[in-house]
Parts: sequence; C-alpha cells; structure tokens
Amino acid sequence: MRAWLALLMGLVFGAGLSLSGMTSTVKVLGFLDVLGDWDPDLAFVMGGALLVSLSATPWIITWVRPLLADAFSLPATQSIDRRLITGGALFGVGWGLWGYCPGPAVASLAYGYQSTLIFCVAMVLGMWLAGKLHLITSRLND
Amino acid sequence: MEQFILPTLGGLLIGIASVLLLATLGRVAGISGIVWGAIAAPDRHWRWLFLIGLVAGTALMHITTGIAIPAEHTDAPLLLITLAGVLVGLGTRIGNGCTSGHGICGLGRLSVRSLVATSVFMATGVITVAVVRHLFGSIL
Repeated sequence: MRAWLALLMGLVFGAGLSLSGMTSTVKVLGFLDVLGDWDPDLAFVMGGALLVSLSATPWIITWVRPLLADAFSLPATQSIDRRLITGGALFGVGWGLWGYCPGPAVASLAYGYQSTLIFCVAMVLGMWLAGKLHLITSRLND
Repeated sequence: MEQFILPTLGGLLIGIASVLLLATLGRVAGISGIVWGAIAAPDRHWRWLFLIGLVAGTALMHITTGIAIPAEHTDAPLLLITLAGVLVGLGTRIGNGCTSGHGICGLGRLSVRSLVATSVFMATGVITVAVVRHLFGSIL
C-alpha cells in the first residue's frame, strides 16, 4: 500500500513535469538562455513548486514521524563543500548541453524517443562513474 | 500572460507530489537520488513504482489534455547527448541532488546547502547555453 502511494506521487509529478513544459528540451534551453533570447516561462514552474514546498515542508518536518513510515529519510549532510560545488557545476553543464535534468529525462521516456533513452542510459552510467571516482579519490586521500 | 498558466499549474502539481511524498513516506522527491536508489539501494520497490508513475503520468497528461508532445532534437550529435547524460549523472551524484532534490525539496526545507547547489547548477547551465549558442554558434 505504501509503495503504491509512491506510484501515485510519481503520476502527479510526471503529469506536472509534462504539463509545465519541462519535458521540452527546446523550452528548457530557451529558459537557460538568459544571456540571449530568454524564454522566462519555466521560472513559473519553479515558482509554483516552491510555493507549495515552502508553505508545507517546514511544517511537515516538525512532525515526529511521517504518516505512513517510521521516520523521515532526510539528507544528513549539512556542509557546503567542494563536492557539492563540483557536482552542481558538472550537473549544470550537462543540463545546459541538452536541456534534460533527471526528472524530465525519465518522464520523457514516455515519448519513445531514442535520444531520450540514450540520455537516460548515459545518466545512469555517469552516476555509476561518480561512485568509482569517489572510490579512487578516497583511496588517494588515505 | 497566458503562457505562464501551464508552467504554474505544472509547478503546483510537482510541489504537491513532493510534499505528499514527504508527508506520507517521509522521502525526498529528488529524482536523481530515486533513479540511483532504484538501481543500487536496498529499498528499491517504491522507487521503481515512483519512476513508472513519472513516465505513466507524462503519457496520461498528453493523452487526456491533448497537449502536443515536444518534438525530438534529431540534429544533435550522439556524442553530445551522451556527454550531457554522463555529466548530469556524474554531477547529481557527486553533488547529492538535482533540480527537484535541491531546487524544490531542499529549498522548501530552507537548506542553505541546497540554495548553494541550485545557484551553482543554474549558473553553469546558463553559462553552458551561452557558450554553446552564442560563442560556438547554434549546433542545437
């Protein structure tokens, strides 16, 4: 029952992504083209999502526990370090090259485009690679 | 004015889904984390269902509203798509989150860490588009 709720949230999230225009790489690249021919429409996606998130999240996390689970699984890391900046920077470059961030990339698999599938496979490969790199760098630090 | 309505409605739906996931299952709706967790985490079941929902929700939205499916970029080189995908995967795992995890859930929690991450990826995204479009000319 709990897991099926995740399916429902995924449905709503996916409907929101496609309704908003986030699954259009043309639209996303136009939004990121601030220094050129800027298309501001997608700022309203962030606006709408943040309106809900900012008004409910600070209250929800004061609860002792979530409604259907034993505890909240929130990120424990608080530090602003080199990893956060490097990761964010690399992600932004990839986002700006093609126009997909992870949510819209997965959602766009619904369109059956070969390029979307290639992007998603490459993305998972990148995630796997990040683990390998971490292993190497942590070994070097030892 | 009209072109802002669908993005706002879509954004509200994304926000509602994120908040409900947190309120019920206590989970952060960060898609990059869910994708990697669906492959590598011990608790995979809900993650796969969420991702299936993401795809099905997109299909259902286009079917029910009749909103046109975005066209595919067919003129971009395969290498560019692959590079973009690898960078997105690499970056989101090193930086622990993406547009949804940091940008919506993290900012909603008033996390300074997420604010920094969001500012960084927005900035490099803008710079990348500027460089590709205006310095190298349009290859997209």
